[in-house]
Amino acid sequence: MFQRNRKASDFGAEIEAHIEMETERLREQGLTDEDARTAARRAFGNVTKAQERFYESSHWLWWDHFWQDVRFAARMLRKTPGFTAIAVLTIALGVGATTAIFSVVDATLLHPLPYPQPEQLVTVEDDLPGIGVQDAGISVPEWQDLQRSGIFENVSPIGGGSVNLTGSSQPARIFFAAVPPNYFALIGVKPQLGHSFNPEDHTPGFTLEGLISDGLWKRAFGADPNILGRSVRLDNDLYQIIGVMPAGYHDPGRTTEERNTDLWLATGFAGPPAPPPQRNARILPSAIARIAPGLTITEAQSRVDALVASLQKEFPDDYPPQSAWKVRLVPLKQAVVGDVRQSLILLLGAVGLVLLISCVNVASLLLARSSARGREMAVRQALGAGRKRLMWQLLTEGMLLSLLGGIVGMATLFCAKGFLLQIVPDSLPRLNEVSINWPVLLFALGASLLAGAIFGLAPALHVSRPDLTHVLKSEGRASTSSSEQARTRRVLMVTEFALSLVLMIAAGLLLRSFWDLLNVRPGFNPQNVMAIRTWLPIPNDPETDIYRTAAQEAPFIRELLRRSRTLPGVAEVAAGDIRSIPLGHGLNDLNPYLLVVEGRETATDQPPWVNVSIITPEYFHLLGMPLERGRVFGDLDNENAPPVAVINESFAKIYWPNADPVGQHLKLNNARSIPRNLPWTTVVGVIADARTESLAESSAPLVYLSLFQKPSKDLAIFLRGCLNPASTPPALREQVQLVNPELPVFGAQTLDGALSASLSQRRFSMEMVGLFALTALLLAGLGIYGVISYIVSERTHEIGIRLALGAQRRNILRMVLHQGLTLAITGAAVGFVCALIVSHSMAGLLYGVRPTDPITFAAVALLLIGVALLACYIPARRAIQVDPLVALRYE
Amino acid sequence: MSTQETRERLELLQGTLDLLILRTLIFGSQHGQGIARAIQQTSDEELLVEHGALYPALQRLEERGWISAKWGTSTNNRKARFYSLTSAGRKQLAKETTKWNRLTAAIGRVLESEEG
Repeated sequence: MFQRNRKASDFGAEIEAHIEMETERLREQGLTDEDARTAARRAFGNVTKAQERFYESSHWLWWDHFWQDVRFAARMLRKTPGFTAIAVLTIALGVGATTAIFSVVDATLLHPLPYPQPEQLVTVEDDLPGIGVQDAGISVPEWQDLQRSGIFENVSPIGGGSVNLTGSSQPARIFFAAVPPNYFALIGVKPQLGHSFNPEDHTPGFTLEGLISDGLWKRAFGADPNILGRSVRLDNDLYQIIGVMPAGYHDPGRTTEERNTDLWLATGFAGPPAPPPQRNARILPSAIARIAPGLTITEAQSRVDALVASLQKEFPDDYPPQSAWKVRLVPLKQAVVGDVRQSLILLLGAVGLVLLISCVNVASLLLARSSARGREMAVRQALGAGRKRLMWQLLTEGMLLSLLGGIVGMATLFCAKGFLLQIVPDSLPRLNEVSINWPVLLFALGASLLAGAIFGLAPALHVSRPDLTHVLKSEGRASTSSSEQARTRRVLMVTEFALSLVLMIAAGLLLRSFWDLLNVRPGFNPQNVMAIRTWLPIPNDPETDIYRTAAQEAPFIRELLRRSRTLPGVAEVAAGDIRSIPLGHGLNDLNPYLLVVEGRETATDQPPWVNVSIITPEYFHLLGMPLERGRVFGDLDNENAPPVAVINESFAKIYWPNADPVGQHLKLNNARSIPRNLPWTTVVGVIADARTESLAESSAPLVYLSLFQKPSKDLAIFLRGCLNPASTPPALREQVQLVNPELPVFGAQTLDGALSASLSQRRFSMEMVGLFALTALLLAGLGIYGVISYIVSERTHEIGIRLALGAQRRNILRMVLHQGLTLAITGAAVGFVCALIVSHSMAGLLYGVRPTDPITFAAVALLLIGVALLACYIPARRAIQVDPLVALRYE
Repeated sequence: MSTQETRERLELLQGTLDLLILRTLIFGSQHGQGIARAIQQTSDEELLVEHGALYPALQRLEERGWISAKWGTSTNNRKARFYSLTSAGRKQLAKETTKWNRLTAAIGRVLESEEG
């Protein structure tokens, strides 16, 4: 292919040779030397033209043109620094924001999980569709069947919770995972120090060996390199540390606690403290599995279905047909990301609109400038520049601008990364994996180039007008733009308004949802209340448990309450289990109880479940929850008295819609079955509903039991009064540890704080979309300001004549405003229709407002039009201040 | 002055120059000036080939791989760039010739019928 790179000099030599030969031939025919040369040249024609054509045919020409265009564009941008700065910043904003959100989407939704062969990882969920139960947890024999089935390389149930770590400077409460010994073999991650569990270990109970996280190793043990073999006390049992997981390792989990596990303990789930394995006792909350190599998830699912069918035949008593037991495999990534998907897609959509709006803005800026450069373009065309060439030149200018904008945007993002990550709520899954990596950079490059193409094209398409004489003749006056250009500008403005309106309506709906949630009556009074947690240890051997029964625990609780009451500022105290903290507990803290209601005992293998809160009698008064019927717990409802319960209104409505619930009888048990000899619990009162699970959900049925009758290990102490968030928790810790120095005191939170934290993801979505909408509003305002200013300056002369002829200034004002307002209203109307379509897809993110909420739609449209009016008013005022004399003399 | 006949010569139809070049080269390799001469002579001086237009055409044919070129020495000991037909060029010539014959025959038929 070397011919392609043939040099111009080579071509020149060939032509030279041709002319020489032709001259020689003519001389032989008898011409004089000079005549022959002239004739040869004449026969050849235009040598320069031949050379030009040769040059153009060599394919490097486009590069020459491109390079010329780039240099010229750079010169143009340098000549107008103000314009360049505004355009670059607008694009930087659009590209930077889009890339920031994309980096989160990339890490959360697009990236595979950070484990080897992540596509083979699934969660295993038991469903009982026959009785409407999803993800019921799995039982130990089921796990063992799945492990042996050959469908999976490994199956690991994951239990866990929190545990008291003692032996370090301060008793600490840490999150631990109880996993079978095959867990790390399944995940495929090796510890940085020591070794992980032996997958062949078949100890039924806990192995008394543990792995710790890098974080805990550094926090509690000062990154001691000799940590291996050291013993730590977890609750009352001694465990040996056998390994430290690498920094940055996180368990796959839906909640922050699950992801930030600090300790892993191995167990076979078949020895104490676990109950003896029972096929229908689903004591394992969840399980993950690695599918055997070579199998896809679908193939594995069909083999699991076959296994389920054969087990149902083998154990008909454990799997009655009416519950329709199923085992479902869900790709692990899908299970981890869960419902964040919708919010993230909303954010990406919103930020994409911002990018589009900033493109439109820069496009209309470029367009305004290109009509100011009409003369330059006309002169170039008159001198023979091709239309294509000019279009490429303008497109290059656009691209250069957008690339500059992209670079500025990315640089800002890079510097602000740490700060930005702080605003993201840490409940977002896989947050720790967010980074600016190659795919993100490529995305930014793509976004900038796309943006450049979009806004570079608008002015480029207008070069087509070959109406040179008109433009050249209008020399001296600011060239009036053609009607075609004016139309494009109007279309751009309308687009910008429509897009802004869509974004603002989305933000408006989210804002209203949030507002409604904030103003929802939670049914309890969170003000001046603090909840502080402690945890009584559960030793592996129940015989050594000093707080085993209610009778053993009650004196401790009474002493705790007595001491808490003496703390400064405290007016009221109460205690309860972790589930009694309104909005302050995670979903995996839920521990539903089996329920049997007297007179309606169910025959299925799965009696109904109900959530239970265990509390001391002062709880209702402290939280301001009004009693509807009957009585609350009293001092006499103690460990020696017959068991009593208080139910909430929802519970009463479901079970006794037409009868008095007070005096009715229930049986409740948190094991997986209800023993026949369990005594009946009597309902003594009905308390008003409160939104203790989620502000967005009206109350679910709930039963309250007394802590003095039903002991609990995970305790919360509630304090009401003038509390100091800094000094109250340490003061309480001192009092608790005076009773028992081994107990940790942790997790202090105000209920106001818990309430606000429960809204963190909603708040984040709302704030982000709100921010984007505000940006869009600002850009739209600036856009219409620019366009109207431009129109006014173009028409200065005309307005001068009008004024000279006696036009009223008021009419001029109205004329200019009318122009702007028409654009704004058209844009708003188009946006209105788009928003109607878009808002329906957000229904799942809204609370209390319909996606077509007329108030939001109207208010947002009015706001947008108001801003447009304001933006038009400034140039319009300038228009009426035109001095007719000056305007005319200008000519 | 044989190149400046009084009789007006025919301008080449668009696209026929390529065909003529290929046809000329079928007798062996030739340089640009030789090709121009050959076309003029074999057409009995009827066709006007602007020599300057010949070279971009040669360049084009070379890029398409129908002809190849290398520098050599002419009969009267001058350095010249010699073009020769490649096998792809030979095929192209056959194709173009057939096309041209069909075209002229068709046009001829139309003109005949109009006259008759």
